[in-house]
Amino acid sequence: MKAAEIHNIHKSYDEVKALGGISMQVEKGEIFGLIGPDGAGKTSLIRILTTLLYPDQGQASIFGMDTIRDFKGIRKIAGYMPGRFSLYQDLSVEENLNFYASIFGTTVSENYHLIKDIYQQIEPFKKRLAGRLSGGMKQKLALSCALIHKPDILFLDEPTTGVDAVSRKEFWEILKNLEEVGITIIVSTPYMDEAELCDRVALMQEGQLLDVDTPANIIGKYDHELYAVESRELHQLIKDLRSFDKTVSAFPFGDTVHLATQEKLRRKELQKFLEEKGHEGIAVQSIEPGIEDCFMNLMRKQNDE
Amino acid sequence: MRTIGFLIQKEFIQIFRNKTMLPLIFALPIVQLVILVNAATLEMKKIDMTVVDKDMTSTSRQMIQKFDGSPFYQVDKANFSVKKAEADLKDNSSDIVVNIPQGFEKNLLGEKEADVQFLINAINGTAAGLINAYTTSIISDFNDKILVDQLGKEFELPVEINSRYFFNSQLDYNIYMLPGILVILVTIIGMFLTALNIVREKELGTIEQLNVTPIQKYQFIIRKMIPFMIIALFELAFGLVIGHLFFNLPMEGSYAVLFLFTLIYLLVALGFGLFLSAISNSQQQVMFVMFFFMLTFILMSGIFTPTESMPDWAQTINVINPFMYFMKVIRMIILKGSGLADIQHEIFSMLIYAVIILSLAIWRYRKVA
Repeated sequence: MKAAEIHNIHKSYDEVKALGGISMQVEKGEIFGLIGPDGAGKTSLIRILTTLLYPDQGQASIFGMDTIRDFKGIRKIAGYMPGRFSLYQDLSVEENLNFYASIFGTTVSENYHLIKDIYQQIEPFKKRLAGRLSGGMKQKLALSCALIHKPDILFLDEPTTGVDAVSRKEFWEILKNLEEVGITIIVSTPYMDEAELCDRVALMQEGQLLDVDTPANIIGKYDHELYAVESRELHQLIKDLRSFDKTVSAFPFGDTVHLATQEKLRRKELQKFLEEKGHEGIAVQSIEPGIEDCFMNLMRKQNDE
Repeated sequence: MRTIGFLIQKEFIQIFRNKTMLPLIFALPIVQLVILVNAATLEMKKIDMTVVDKDMTSTSRQMIQKFDGSPFYQVDKANFSVKKAEADLKDNSSDIVVNIPQGFEKNLLGEKEADVQFLINAINGTAAGLINAYTTSIISDFNDKILVDQLGKEFELPVEINSRYFFNSQLDYNIYMLPGILVILVTIIGMFLTALNIVREKELGTIEQLNVTPIQKYQFIIRKMIPFMIIALFELAFGLVIGHLFFNLPMEGSYAVLFLFTLIYLLVALGFGLFLSAISNSQQQVMFVMFFFMLTFILMSGIFTPTESMPDWAQTINVINPFMYFMKVIRMIILKGSGLADIQHEIFSMLIYAVIILSLAIWRYRKVA
């Protein structure tokens, strides 16, 4: 049985189309990432899977339970951490945890082993009101509350948005540990670098699936040559690179521009082209593509169609 | 059941941690009762009178003294021109002008008939009616006295009217108003707090997390009702204590009956709040809708004016006004000593109402969008 089976899901809000026919499957025990920019439909999909939203069309099931008919069964085995912090800010850390344990008919001590690693970090502040915690601590508390009933599947909606780099890294380590306990995790994120930490990812864009595969396979499918190009005038560099006749695409990427070409370039040729355009401090380097490059590439192809 | 226990415990922790809610629960009854009961009165305690006595005889003075001796009148203005006295009415310094024409005594003694004119400020129709009634009763008293004086002690009036007032023998306005204010108090606390509470969870997003738990809808509704029901009942008890201590509020009926009815009534009032919050998305929205209903319900509840004198269509609409039932019953129990049998119709109506409104609330509260 699959952890999640999603078949041809459509969802629109008035005129806006959030999901336009999404189908995919999530295997038991994997970390599955929904990757895409804001407005890609990640939150809508998670809300449909957590039985909070009805799809307009199509079916979805969690461990064989239909999200509409068997919503009660799903609510017993699912843990959910919404994108917005939604625990009680006027209750303390401890009270929030006890509260969620009690409504699932369990106790904190019963499943303490599951949240121990996470909860230990916020335990010194257990008397503090949840509203007064820092961003990273709030996130750990929310995860503890979502885990306290030992769910079989965990839904995390942009858990690392607005969290500092160190806490993000810690958070993904926690997720890896949970995977070892056998919990299936469906996590959405707008950060492309986090995609490589997932077992499999679904790349989403404007309610459409671009691809579903392991990060390695997605990178393997990349069908262009890629170069990192540098010069002093970044803005002008992008403009000029786009006018270069062998260019497929050129996108800014930090301080450099990622240039994709149909065939291998001779570095001299590009260097000369840029020098003629008046660029200084030129550096060209052949690089391996990352998920973001693949995402851009898939997005461009879809737009061309 | 254990789950509900935890849910209620959580609500109470949150209420007592809320820095505006807790003082409000105690301040509201004190302020409302002490201020409103004393201020919102229909009694005319100080009627300013301007006298235009053109007769200047002992009889006319006797009549004026009658007014002066009454606790309701303040006779401190005199004038010889009706025109000038009318100016007092216009600038609101006087409520009534009494005009005693020249030859009043002579006519009264000679022809057994004399005229007096009263000019009453009727901006407030109710007050003018009351002033008229008071004045008429004083004049008729004066008439009787003159008859007795003239015809001697053996004279007896053909019909003597002796009124006795039941259930509020002193016609004390306070003890009539106080139960009414208690109704508003209990309802505001119960209905508002319940309605705002659920919408708040919607606004904060906490309801989203709660919806993905196996908690049942009825558990959720019960959990939201019980804490506010306890608080509302506490408010009633607190208000009654204030009433007994400061306003000599009597208690003719039984406390058990009163609290039993209040409990049933609260099912309706809180159900109403729950329903409104189930269909609203923000605290602002719920406040406005609530305000609309509250104002209409209170004005039609019979707190100031008897519901029986409303037009038929208004009385028909009023069956959906929960305030009206409670307003009637609380006065019946406190002032009249009515028992369960006397209010069975109201109890029955409230129970039906509760079933309908709670079903609506549970039906409208959805865990799924």
